[in-house]
Amino acid sequence: MFDGLDALMLARIQFAFTVSFHFFFPAFTIGLASYLAVLEGLWLKTGKQLYLDLFKYWVKIFAITFAMGVVSGIVMSYQFGTNWSVFSDLAGPVIGPLMAYEVLTAFFLEAGFLGVMLFGMNKVGKKLHFAATLMVAVGTFISAFWILSVNSWMQTPVGYEMGANGQFLPGDSWAAIVFNPSFPYRLVHTVLAAYLTTAFVVGGVGAWHLLKDRAKGGANLHARKMFSMAMWMAAIVAPIQIVAGDMHGLNTMEHQPQKVMAMEGHYNSYPDGAPLYVFGIPNDEEQRLDYAVGIPKLSSLILKHHWNAPIEGLDTVPDDEQPPVFLVFWAFRIMIAIGMAMMAVGVWSLFARWRGKLYDWPWLHRAALVMGPSGFLAVLCGWITTEVGRQPYVIYGLLRTEDAASPLAAPAVGASLLAFIVVYFTVFGAGVWYILHLMHKPPHTGELGAKRGDKGPIRTAGITPGPTQDPTDATTRDLSGTKHEPEEAP
Amino acid sequence: MINVDLTTIWAFIIAFAVFAYVVMDGFDLGIGILFPSFDPGRERDRAMNSIAPVWDGNETWLVLGGGGLFAAFPLAYAVILPATYPLIIAMLLGLVFRGVAFEYRWRDPSHRRLWDFAFTGGSVVAAMAQGMTLGALLQGIEVDGRAYAGSWFDWLTPYTLLTGLGTVAGYALLGATWLIWKLDGEGQAHARKLALRAGAITLVLMGAVSVYNVLLNAEYAERWLTAPEIYFAAPVPILTAIVAVSLLRAVTKERNSKPFWLALLLFFLGMAGLGVTIWPNVVPPDVTIWDAAAPERSQVFMLVGVAITMPLIIGYTAWAYWVFRGKVDDEGYH
Repeated sequence: MFDGLDALMLARIQFAFTVSFHFFFPAFTIGLASYLAVLEGLWLKTGKQLYLDLFKYWVKIFAITFAMGVVSGIVMSYQFGTNWSVFSDLAGPVIGPLMAYEVLTAFFLEAGFLGVMLFGMNKVGKKLHFAATLMVAVGTFISAFWILSVNSWMQTPVGYEMGANGQFLPGDSWAAIVFNPSFPYRLVHTVLAAYLTTAFVVGGVGAWHLLKDRAKGGANLHARKMFSMAMWMAAIVAPIQIVAGDMHGLNTMEHQPQKVMAMEGHYNSYPDGAPLYVFGIPNDEEQRLDYAVGIPKLSSLILKHHWNAPIEGLDTVPDDEQPPVFLVFWAFRIMIAIGMAMMAVGVWSLFARWRGKLYDWPWLHRAALVMGPSGFLAVLCGWITTEVGRQPYVIYGLLRTEDAASPLAAPAVGASLLAFIVVYFTVFGAGVWYILHLMHKPPHTGELGAKRGDKGPIRTAGITPGPTQDPTDATTRDLSGTKHEPEEAP
Repeated sequence: MINVDLTTIWAFIIAFAVFAYVVMDGFDLGIGILFPSFDPGRERDRAMNSIAPVWDGNETWLVLGGGGLFAAFPLAYAVILPATYPLIIAMLLGLVFRGVAFEYRWRDPSHRRLWDFAFTGGSVVAAMAQGMTLGALLQGIEVDGRAYAGSWFDWLTPYTLLTGLGTVAGYALLGATWLIWKLDGEGQAHARKLALRAGAITLVLMGAVSVYNVLLNAEYAERWLTAPEIYFAAPVPILTAIVAVSLLRAVTKERNSKPFWLALLLFFLGMAGLGVTIWPNVVPPDVTIWDAAAPERSQVFMLVGVAITMPLIIGYTAWAYWVFRGKVDDEGYH
């Protein structure tokens, strides 16, 4: 199946495949954990059942996503060793401790409190339960902190010494390694991206139910609330993200100029103002951008804040030090386009809100629905931009990717790659299907949360199903695994 | 005898993480291994619910073991993982199936049998792969320079099959004793029967592996069978025999938690035996912990982290177990 690909290329494809799949899950759980904490906090503060219902609606989706994130994450933590053993040996003394800190300060925190968050509400009481939810949310952020520090160090390595055995060794200051030059920008950009991803998923689900309700002539207050909250997030965070992304780009230009050249499609240098290409087919062989459509001098304005600022191109970089331009160029453009579209939806929602029509404009809801999964694509494209843009290095400027792989034969890596592809698509495909199934059901009063048992759900005293409950509710019970059992009295 | 330096401390920390993983996820995986023998209705639901709130925390110790090895002994990490490549990949994929089954089986009643099968299959594969990886390490890994230098199938020998099966049986024993503790009535009675069988098989395989170790390698034999080493080594098998007898008795008498604690002790002794066998190597036969150790700055930096976080981790993990203490009732933990 993978004839003609060498072990190195197969290992690269395997890493790209597994890490891309993996990152979809934390991109969602980082934001969703915070959203759940906000919902539970609002419930405790206001005592409104609505917030508890929304919490229980989303916590089921969180549980599935988190499980997928955990199992695909363990693959990543071992893949450094299985497929990139030279890298692991050489860089271990510097990045190994950062990853150990991630396990110690984040993974245990998340995992330790997750059980209480999912199943412990009746065991520990509201306040301790809220504390557990907060710990899970904080854990997801701490995890992002460390792993992005590691990634950033590989992009902008500082604070190391070279050992006699060829290893990268830590220098005097761990702070210099942890807070390497690209880290603060990458951290802010990635965490905001996770929040936006979640906001658009929540907004998309809210919009879906608003559209369905309109068809039935009803009004689902739960759907309204989640749509409103998501649109606030979009309106506020999308513009901030664009600014943060711009700053991240300028930081990249300072430390990894080749990457920006590839992002811009600048094969040539422009001594008096570089164009911003909106379209083009990068041609690495001929070192030119085919069918280029550009806006003159705009790139100089964005990157150097002056129309006529000179900009160097890939002609100043030896061929064997250039990243492959096509992927970087297009991934970057897709990410930017999605970012702009997110801001547009945010602004649109502000306008609708101002006019008092937030829940009434079907085209806004349709747009939000279409944009529901857009965050995942944007995040994926962002990572492709930064990771492919770092090539041909794994540790930028210091260790080439081709020198970092394990001494494995192509058939071994090909077999494992095939296994990952088959298993991930089947297993995570099923998980995504279950999530979509949960999202398809309308949120309603008396949500059941992550409860599960062999005797059916126990109704919380005093909560009767509201008038918004519709016949699809039967499926709710079906999917929580209790359809065939008689319901018990409290 | 042991010069206590940072590297030694780190060897013990990694050993602790591996031990914590083996016993904690061991009983989770063990329940997966035994799952088909439980009635598909209420018994399976209860067995699953007895670990649903804690399995994720248990599995995190595997990440600490792997991540800690990467950080503290990068050379060992870089040699062992390529040497056992197919085993590690199989383990990871097994854990994927096992992990998602916890959620999926409740979300999709019409395919529950399928996800129950995935739960068992994933658990068996992961346990077998872990045991075989241990065997591959013990039988020795060929190293040239700073890289694995053996061939594709060095990890596949009768010895590694034996350690793999031993691990599967051992995890099943842990799982069965955990269920004795967490279940009552028929489920508990069933778990007692399973614990007896798994216990007997585990002991036979442990004995076989021990004999094989001594025959496999002259250096191991010398370590176990000559003075003065034998004075340090001899208590391990003697204690193991005592614990084994107590364990089988506790299982048959109407004890709740005692069988589990004794099974834990049995694993601890097994681990101590392994320690005696490979010390001071991290990759037998040639790479010692000092050869593979990260530089002092890395060790110190992480040690600070461990010193601060480990008491907290143990504290809140214990709390999470405490919250879900006692027998699993019919609504799981709700």
